[in-house]
Amino acid sequence: MIYLSGITRLFQMGDQEVRALSGINLKIASGEYVSIMGPSGSGKSTLLNIIGLLDRPDLGRYELDGIDVTSLSEIEQACVRRKKIGFVFQSFHLVPRLTAAENIELPLILNGISPTNRKSIVEEALLKFDLSNRAQHRPAEMSGGQRQRTAIARATILRPTAILADEPTGNIDHRNGTEVMALLERLHHTGTTLIVVTHDRELGARADRHIAMRDGEIVMDDISERPNEIE
Amino acid sequence: MRLSDTLYLSIKTVSSYRTRSLLIVLAMALGVAAVVILTALGDGARRYVTNKFSSIGTNLIIVIPGRAETAGGFPGAVLGQTPRDLTLEDANALAHLPQVRRYAPLNIGVAELVAASRLREVTVLGSTAELLPVRHMELAQGRFLTRGTGHGAQILLGAKLAREFFPQGNVIGQRVRLGDRRFLVSGVLKFQGESMGFNTDEIVIIPIDYAQALFNTSSLFRILVEARSRNDIVFTKEAIFDILKQRHDGEEDITVITQDAVLATFDRILRALTLGVAGIAAISLAVAGILVMNVMLVAVSQRTSEIGLLKAIGAPSADIHHLFLVEALLLSLTGGVLGFILGQFGSLLIRLAFPLLPAWPPTWASLAGVTIAFVTGLLASLLPAERAARLNPVQALSAK
Ligand SMILES: Nc1ncnc2c1ncn2[C@@H]1O[C@H](COP(=O)(O)OP(=O)(O)OP(=O)(O)O)[C@@H](O)[C@H]1O
Ligand SMILES: [Mg+2]
Repeated sequence: MIYLSGITRLFQMGDQEVRALSGINLKIASGEYVSIMGPSGSGKSTLLNIIGLLDRPDLGRYELDGIDVTSLSEIEQACVRRKKIGFVFQSFHLVPRLTAAENIELPLILNGISPTNRKSIVEEALLKFDLSNRAQHRPAEMSGGQRQRTAIARATILRPTAILADEPTGNIDHRNGTEVMALLERLHHTGTTLIVVTHDRELGARADRHIAMRDGEIVMDDISERPNEIE
Repeated sequence: MRLSDTLYLSIKTVSSYRTRSLLIVLAMALGVAAVVILTALGDGARRYVTNKFSSIGTNLIIVIPGRAETAGGFPGAVLGQTPRDLTLEDANALAHLPQVRRYAPLNIGVAELVAASRLREVTVLGSTAELLPVRHMELAQGRFLTRGTGHGAQILLGAKLAREFFPQGNVIGQRVRLGDRRFLVSGVLKFQGESMGFNTDEIVIIPIDYAQALFNTSSLFRILVEARSRNDIVFTKEAIFDILKQRHDGEEDITVITQDAVLATFDRILRALTLGVAGIAAISLAVAGILVMNVMLVAVSQRTSEIGLLKAIGAPSADIHHLFLVEALLLSLTGGVLGFILGQFGSLLIRLAFPLLPAWPPTWASLAGVTIAFVTGLLASLLPAERAARLNPVQALSAK
């Protein structure tokens, strides 16, 4: 359960103040599939970063699964990120020196899981994401689709409660993009909250709930079209 | 994150940036090797000199006529009198001191040595049987001067002289003429080389009374005294002063040098020298440290987006700090150990090339070299690691 109220994020650009987000109120239940769309600079990434605890709002309150996470320390936030959030980025963000298997292994290492346990978990993930024959390949030796599948495998290896995808198909062709979306949706079907930021109308339309942003504000949220769902 | 995993990831990083890692390791290694080799040279020189010096005798005290004034000039000159000579009686008086194990009066001069139709000028030492043990001399053949009085006109030849005058080899018992006197060769000194200012291979040794007669003198050049133990040296020196002062009508007109003091001075000077070169070599280690710092700073900016990713998947700042710290430490420690090995090898080469020089690197220098490598690596990585850990994850992720 994600609960944002009055979230405001300001950036200082020289003597100018940019309101990336202004007073966002948003409630996303566990297991929802939400797409966020909007023009460039409307604050989509900023919102996703705040939800993923990568960024702190200047104003407002954020509760994640009933805990006020804005007041948590840096170490506590990292811990929440490790356990509950899976980030998927447009540019994959794979470590170029490491193989697909090693990239997928990273969150397990950070979580202090023993090498023997890691091996079996990684193997299972490689199988699940159809990467078994790419396990020893480095990112440079893989296609865009394979890279994003590796990144998704890494984001979900610790079974987070929410996947935050910022234009996950932005750097790959349409066919592979559809495949990546299908993969994310499959994870959503197992109960994971899925929030996707996208410019692609077609992909955005696949979500159960559609949010549109402009100038740091939510201008459309079709949950409001279903008033009975608001408690 | 487990420590073993931090190490594992760092090793992976270090080995994937091969050229960069190699260069840092090399810089560190050369710094440490320089410390090890230069201190080996310095300490080798120190050992060489002190060994040479202690080889001339043990617990040696040297009595010289005349007073060496540190303030310049000696009282005798001021009073218009020459200092009193040291005599054989003075030397014999020292025999009664309980701390004196043995003593050897010494006279020195130059005379013509004639034998087997050959002739040359040689340095002549006049002394007693005790000279052999006091000065740690060794015989190649025959016997040294006979103990006590009533000995004949014996002469000992230096190794080189013996070969020069009697190339056929049968030296012992040969008749030689030294100045206007005849002597019988009783022994030949072992080949020894340069020591204490003259070449013992080109001297002859005759009994002290013959030498005094030959040079027509009653005074001594020196008295060599061997104390019973190292601890006795200072006391013996005092006692010698007292006795000779008494014998010389209360005049302090002798100088007493202890080998110990000379040795200590040499030791101090050469130790300081070794420390000096170690310090200079350590500068190259500091330079290597700066190199490590620079490389790590570059690494942080190169891997900014990777640091952002690690933060995004939940790495706390401490883990990132440790990753960079361990990476730099791995590099500098590998360099340190490699430098240690290089240094040992270099010292070995020096010892092989100059067998006379005991160029063993001192343990303290080897340890210090590796430790300094480790510590500079640590210091140099603190700032970059701190910078990496402090990065804002959102900004780091958007860096390319
Ligand atoms: N670190 C920053 N410093 C200054 N301004 C920033 C910073 N990050 C974001 N902004 C500003 O905040 C606003 C929202 O940015 P954000 O990245 O959230 O937009 P976006 O909707 O994700 O755009 P895009 O579709 O291009 O990714 C923009 O006007 C941007 O210039
Ligand atoms: Mg964006």
